[in-house]
Amino acid sequence: MRAAVIQFPGSNCDRDMAVAIRGITGAETTIVWHRAAELPDGLDLIAIPGGFSYGDYLRSGAMAARSPVMQAVVKAAAQGVPVLGVCNGFQILTEAGLLPGALMRNAGIRFVCRTVALTVENTQSAFTRGYADGEQVHIPVAHHDGNYFADSDTLDRLEGDGRVAFRYAESVNGSARNIAGVLNATGNVLGMMPHPERMIEPVHGGSDGRRLFEGLIRQIA
Amino acid sequence: MKTRIFVTLKNGVLDPQGKAIHHAIEGLGFSGVHDVRAGRLIEIEHEPNLSTSDIEAMCTKLLANMVIENFEIEQA
Repeated sequence: MRAAVIQFPGSNCDRDMAVAIRGITGAETTIVWHRAAELPDGLDLIAIPGGFSYGDYLRSGAMAARSPVMQAVVKAAAQGVPVLGVCNGFQILTEAGLLPGALMRNAGIRFVCRTVALTVENTQSAFTRGYADGEQVHIPVAHHDGNYFADSDTLDRLEGDGRVAFRYAESVNGSARNIAGVLNATGNVLGMMPHPERMIEPVHGGSDGRRLFEGLIRQIA
Repeated sequence: MKTRIFVTLKNGVLDPQGKAIHHAIEGLGFSGVHDVRAGRLIEIEHEPNLSTSDIEAMCTKLLANMVIENFEIEQA
């Protein structure tokens, strides 16, 4: 199994993400700099990590979404390669048009940094098959722009097609319909604000994020 | 040549920043302000022959996020 973690100037969860992928799935994991025009061959997973790419200039994720490597990510996603975007990675995926909607400033204005309760809403995707439908899990968030917005037709479509992967089980950032993570139409691209890579062993305070990565092994095997 | 691009949130999109600014204005003792919405002004210096359609393309491809924002172009 092979994985790539994309690194932008200002990414800061790239190493945590690589450690989680390598440790849980055993994948040979490469960090790929954003200027790369091509990705390594034969990838089974691409991860876009959290952080503050380009200092959040213009809009969170806006500059990174126009980086050379993102064209290769869009192409790989179209070929069915699983793509996981966490936090800033989720913002980048929406800015790149791989996921619908946008992530706006938290409704309460403040940066939110704490462990939150999530409800698992979809257990069909490679990322979520390790969870039980409706299960409550605890995963940390750390973001200023996590307030998910999409027009009501898009939200209805996402819900109707089972593309809401995770929902906040408590008030966090004002997200439309409490959406914390969404899938693309083919289910191989997941964007989520909470950080599963920060909750993978007891010393983290829990390991609810672990099954997301374990699900990817089963998908590929 | 200079062009100014105003990027604003679409109607109906909540603007927590605007709301906070509104509260701050009221906190300073000003009354009579009904609503505040915050946007962004981008000024570009360019060749005179840059077409309006090119500027519009810059807006839709990068400067504005069309999911949540509108833009207006003002040639100086």
